[in-house]
Amino acid sequence: MKKLLGIFGLFVFIFVFTALRSPNFLSAYNLQNLVGWTSLFGIISIGAAFVIITGGIDLSIGSTVGLVGSLLSWLLMHKGWSEPAALLAVLAVSLLIGLSHGLLITKMRLQPFVVTLCGLLLYRGLARFVTDDESQGFGSAHDGLRRIAIGKLDVVGGFAVPVSVFIMVGIAVAAAIFLNRTIWGRYLLALGRNETAARYSGINTDRMKITAYVICSLLGGVGGILFSLNLNSIQPSGLGEFYELYAIAAAVLGGCSLRGGEGTILGVIIGTAVMRVLYNAINILGIPTHLEFAIIGTVILAGVIADELVKRIATKRRAVRALSGEP
Amino acid sequence: MNLPEPNARPLLEVRGLCKSFPGVRALRDVGLTLGCGEVLAVIGENGAGKSTLMKILAGVQEQDSGEILVNGETVRFPNVRAAEHAGIALIHQELNLADNLDIASNLFLGREPQRFGFVDRRRLYSDSLGLLAQVGLDCAPRTLVSALSPGRQQLVEIAKALGTNARVLIMDEPTSSLSRHETEQLYRVVKDLRSRGVSVVYISHRLGEVKELADRVLVLRDGANAGELQRGEITHDAMVRLMVGRDLGRHDRTARGHGTPVLEARGLRTAAHPRKPLDFSVCPGEIVGVAGLVGSGRTEMLQVLFGIDPTAGGEIRMNGRPVRIASPLDAIRAGMALVPEDRKQQGVILEMAVGQNTTLASLRRDARAGFLNRKREGEIAVQMTTQLRVKTPDLSQFVQFLSGGNQQKVALAKWLALEPRVLLLDEPTRGIDIGAKQEIYRLMEELAGRGVAILFVSSEMEEVLRMSDRTLVMHEGRITGELRRDELSEEAIMRLATAHTASAS
Repeated sequence: MKKLLGIFGLFVFIFVFTALRSPNFLSAYNLQNLVGWTSLFGIISIGAAFVIITGGIDLSIGSTVGLVGSLLSWLLMHKGWSEPAALLAVLAVSLLIGLSHGLLITKMRLQPFVVTLCGLLLYRGLARFVTDDESQGFGSAHDGLRRIAIGKLDVVGGFAVPVSVFIMVGIAVAAAIFLNRTIWGRYLLALGRNETAARYSGINTDRMKITAYVICSLLGGVGGILFSLNLNSIQPSGLGEFYELYAIAAAVLGGCSLRGGEGTILGVIIGTAVMRVLYNAINILGIPTHLEFAIIGTVILAGVIADELVKRIATKRRAVRALSGEP
Repeated sequence: MNLPEPNARPLLEVRGLCKSFPGVRALRDVGLTLGCGEVLAVIGENGAGKSTLMKILAGVQEQDSGEILVNGETVRFPNVRAAEHAGIALIHQELNLADNLDIASNLFLGREPQRFGFVDRRRLYSDSLGLLAQVGLDCAPRTLVSALSPGRQQLVEIAKALGTNARVLIMDEPTSSLSRHETEQLYRVVKDLRSRGVSVVYISHRLGEVKELADRVLVLRDGANAGELQRGEITHDAMVRLMVGRDLGRHDRTARGHGTPVLEARGLRTAAHPRKPLDFSVCPGEIVGVAGLVGSGRTEMLQVLFGIDPTAGGEIRMNGRPVRIASPLDAIRAGMALVPEDRKQQGVILEMAVGQNTTLASLRRDARAGFLNRKREGEIAVQMTTQLRVKTPDLSQFVQFLSGGNQQKVALAKWLALEPRVLLLDEPTRGIDIGAKQEIYRLMEELAGRGVAILFVSSEMEEVLRMSDRTLVMHEGRITGELRRDELSEEAIMRLATAHTASAS
């Protein structure tokens, strides 16, 4: 938990700074928007974290979001599928995507970067081909379904919380339990640190890695459903573009190491929140939006440098402690 | 003899050398002198500090305190270049050649003869011939290093060092992967170098070859000087006494182990040596050693038994019944455990807590529907680390900060919680200090006493002689012989370990 203090401090700093500079920031409308988007990005970032914890990477998350979002509206509006059938179909597609990534990476021993880079291109191309590259939407026929993405629930105090927040919290709790309270979570952390030693300990490392890629793509699929329902206007060429980078950045900011074996779900959520608050602040404070990427990049870099410095100090302390523990 | 003249200033002198690593004091006040044209053997058990001492002399690591003098002048070696400049070159235990390049390119790597800024290839190859002649290697300089046997690669390394005008060659276990013929060639080269005034620091486990080559022997024990032997005093017993710090009692105990074999291999074949079937068995309570040169297929045998590598044929039986072992999990379920050779890469997860390392293998057994049984996990971690006396400030300490011996205990503790019936150990005491070593020996004996069958691979002669009730000796993928306790001797093992090479070459 100590490790999360830094990133949480950064979050509080940006939050308070923006709130002081602009009264609009704390308006109910803006805050609802903020937590709503944080939730959607949080879901795909949790997926990214699972893969990063194994020491891998998934560059295809954004394209998976795009493909699933495009397919969902295409199946509903052009093919006339029922809502449950369409939802099941797109989730099955995302599951298959994850499964094929996992199999290619473990059984064919291809590099995760290469496999998912090809995925990034492939799924984007498929999304554009299937939909004829025409923008999709849900019209008003599926307002009931869209409530899961844009609906709000009143909680005590009169503050309406977007439904997507509850979905995200549910997923995050399940993910945290999986990671910290089951043997499989422990196996993921172990193999991320040292795959060989994990295998020598009787862990089926291939199966665990495949599981991580399936989780990642499935959550990408869930994200795709929610993003498309939220937006209601879907460009097959644009939906989800760069989202894999936001997801990876959030995971890294939240304490995941790209070397693997490290990361907490809570950290990933806070990391996502930092990214979204930062984005929101740039808009709301009237900072030229052209600077957006530069600012986000700088903040992530600063966060990662700070984290590395803290880690070095901690390592030194531990080493000293270990030496003095010897007789 | 080539003893240094009494009044001659030593070529190399080391005084009061100290070096610590996190969790270990590797060297304490170590001293050494080396005369011109002298062969000094440095011996000691694993973890005695030999490698650290050599790395400091070669500029790979820097000492915490102490002095190095070359020709009476104090020098500092912040890097390998500085040591090379002073005329000291290290021949690594693991060969450090770029095997995708040819011999000549390796010999002059980083200091290629140049002409107008380009490599002068003609001179490169002609200069190489001279260096190769010095080590008696009759290979074309254009031969790719990857096409050479380990022994010839070793000679290339030596030639490379001579090319830097080295006056002191440090050889770290140079014969560990050489055939008998190659070993003899190396002896000739070492003797030839000595007669030309080159000094050699020779590190070895093989006391036989130390007797053959050394003018003087320096013994290290637990990171400190344990004594020195002059030419006339170099005997096997004297060396062992200094290394171990006491007389090794004759182990006249009767062999342990009885009854029907718990583990049996019938025609078992490994992917590395698919045409060499292995047959052996281990009984409950028996400690069976596996001796042989590095690369003789011992590790591969253990890895096939444990399901790390697929078998190339044959049968593994547990308690008389054939078992199919396709993964480590299969082997664990059959009652086996393996403490692998490379502790840091295979045995433990360095960046993970001691407690979590200790329970990694037993989590599955204690889990309910996949959920960790955290109470049981905590109990096992405490129980096993206490039982094995793992020295750690607390269970959340990362394993990387423990000493080698304690890391090895963690690698063992992981399995003992599962109460295996067959324990496979690959170099169980490599790189650990003498205290931890004794503890591991005691533990092995205790486990055997409780009926566990132990099969251990070791390159340390003393260890095999001391621990095994029965010894299998391997050579080039084949079990060339089996020695009972009353037949066991260093000579018998070496004869079988280098069995067919003499006739083949």
